[in-house]
Amino acid sequence: MDAFWIILTGTLVAGSCALVGSFLILKKMTMVGDAISHAVLPGIVIAYFVAGSLQSVWLLIGAGSLGLLTTFLIEFFHQKGKLQTDASIGVTFTWLFALGVILVSYYSGNAHIDQDCVLHGEIVYVPIDMVFSKSGTPIMPRSVLITGIVFIIVALFILLFYKELLLTTFDSLFANAIGISTSTWHYLLMGLVSLTTVASFESVGAILVVAFLIAPAASAYLLTQDLKKMLILALLFGFTSAFGGYYLAVILDSSIAGAMVTVAGFIFLICYLAIVLRK
Amino acid sequence: MELLIDFFSFEYANIKYVIFGSILLSVSSSVVGCFTFVQKKSLVGDVISHAVLPGICIAFLASGSKDPFFLIFGAFVTGWISIVAMEKITKNTKIKEDAATGLSLSIFFGIGIVLMTYIQQSGNAAQSGLDTFLFGKAAALVGKDLIAFSIVATLALLVVMIFYKELKLISFDPQFAKVNGLPVRRLELLLTSITVLAVVTGIQAVGVVLMAAMLITPAAAARFWTDRFHKMIMLAGFFGAFSGISGAFVSFAAPGMPTGPWMVMILSVIALLSFFLAPNKGILIKLLRRISIQRQLLEENMLKAFYRIGENSGDHFERVSKGDLRLIRNFSSVQLKKGLGNLRRSGYIKEDQGLLLLTQEGFDKGRRITRLHRLWELYLTKYLRIAPDHVHEDAETIEHVITPEIEVRLEQLLNYPEADPHKTQIPSI
Repeated sequence: MDAFWIILTGTLVAGSCALVGSFLILKKMTMVGDAISHAVLPGIVIAYFVAGSLQSVWLLIGAGSLGLLTTFLIEFFHQKGKLQTDASIGVTFTWLFALGVILVSYYSGNAHIDQDCVLHGEIVYVPIDMVFSKSGTPIMPRSVLITGIVFIIVALFILLFYKELLLTTFDSLFANAIGISTSTWHYLLMGLVSLTTVASFESVGAILVVAFLIAPAASAYLLTQDLKKMLILALLFGFTSAFGGYYLAVILDSSIAGAMVTVAGFIFLICYLAIVLRK
Repeated sequence: MELLIDFFSFEYANIKYVIFGSILLSVSSSVVGCFTFVQKKSLVGDVISHAVLPGICIAFLASGSKDPFFLIFGAFVTGWISIVAMEKITKNTKIKEDAATGLSLSIFFGIGIVLMTYIQQSGNAAQSGLDTFLFGKAAALVGKDLIAFSIVATLALLVVMIFYKELKLISFDPQFAKVNGLPVRRLELLLTSITVLAVVTGIQAVGVVLMAAMLITPAAAARFWTDRFHKMIMLAGFFGAFSGISGAFVSFAAPGMPTGPWMVMILSVIALLSFFLAPNKGILIKLLRRISIQRQLLEENMLKAFYRIGENSGDHFERVSKGDLRLIRNFSSVQLKKGLGNLRRSGYIKEDQGLLLLTQEGFDKGRRITRLHRLWELYLTKYLRIAPDHVHEDAETIEHVITPEIEVRLEQLLNYPEADPHKTQIPSI
């Protein structure tokens, strides 16, 4: 049963990430996704100390607003300060991440909390924290509940607003001309990235989120020109990575999140070789 | 304060080494970071710092020891491979640089995590402390580790000093370097190698995630103060050294606090201050300058409106209401309030029985702006052959920036004209 919950959590994270990641790739903004996934840390810490627990809606609000702040700051330094994008991203996320680590260790007195809670947050503990029904029987792990809700939100959002996202991604001038605000949809998408990141943060760690945001979508991008096909392929690759990663980790007796990333990387390698060799 | 004195009195022999070590590490990464910054490849540092993890693990698995030279070698190799992988992906597929960066860093790190946990599970007693290699421990850097990393950091700095001119050239203009017969490819290899070295050593101070900051942030901050590359490098090095000392101090004064994040925090504060306050390039300075230009434009446009009213009625010192001004030009009420207030304070207009009139200075200035406007209109129609009904907009912009020298030249060129293209008189001074 534990294996089922772990794989399910991984699959849900992979699903949300693959969907928003596809748009990040097309908008050439994957590193902003990477930045957000690190920069939400202070938001989580502050929300934790405001609300007193990790289980509240405050957490989503805190981290979500930090995600939007990151997006905004990167744009702000780039446009107003004429700082090149790569440097703008680098300065912003490291600064916020450092702030987060300092806050954590200030409250907890533990100087090395960063690696424990952020870099490879352990998906293996997912089944420990269950949600119980009124009669006291465990229903499902809390992580499954949260990542499941986020997956549904992301999937619904993309299904409902497919046209707007498509237009603002590929032809922002045309979108603006027919009255679809590029920047509104830009920030909405970044909001989704933050949401996905936060929901996945403590169960699987930032690095798995980044890998899942980019690798399945990039593999799919190599194989097709069609956005719909790309989304479906990305989902498929994401699910396969979650599934295969779990069993790789069992064989090696190693980190499950890391193994899922490794499989995602392996899938990308195959797609890459297929493309390069066919040329 | 006492702590500061204690700290700098070097009473504890250990502090000397710690300060020395953290300064060297942060200076070398700051200096090398300037080159990746001007190449717009800042995030390469982030990739390398994540990609050294598998290298360290493999080196440990292969050698069974934590000898720093072995580990540095392993880190160096996988750091290099990650850069090559990135380049291959962008070159051979339609995937863009940003996605290749993210792919490379996350996948290498994922593999590293797998290896690291595999080593930890294997129960090898020698592995304890392997992970601190990656999460930063500037203050605990002693003995053989300190020597090893100091050598590597010094090496990186030496390479920069010896090949400064060549590296600068390939960073700014590789095409030109190639034409001049420089071995561009080999120099690029050299630059990547010292970047990898700087990252491998810098990680010791601040850890994987924050390593990117040690390369990018000092360079980005320095860029706001100067346009000269050698000054930028020196400034970045100075910022790096300052953060190194501060980091050592933090770990001395508050041992429970994480050193690396504090160093990055200090660097970030320096960078943020530079972004906003640096002369010429600071965001705040630019904003202030824009506000003052807008203010000047508004004032001059108002004086012009006063002058027009006087021209129409024949009396330049007649009293004028706000409504009269609005008939000439569509000022908003906020603009009227602010602009008239400013004009009164600078002594260009005065108030009389609730109405406004020009002072002599105000009249002179209004006349000059009007004169420049009309001179320019005439110039445009006469020399650029633009239709008279198209020249007003352009004159509106240019009238505010024409200097007295250009004014004289314009007059000469137009042969001291009397009237503008709309047959209105050009006021003479």
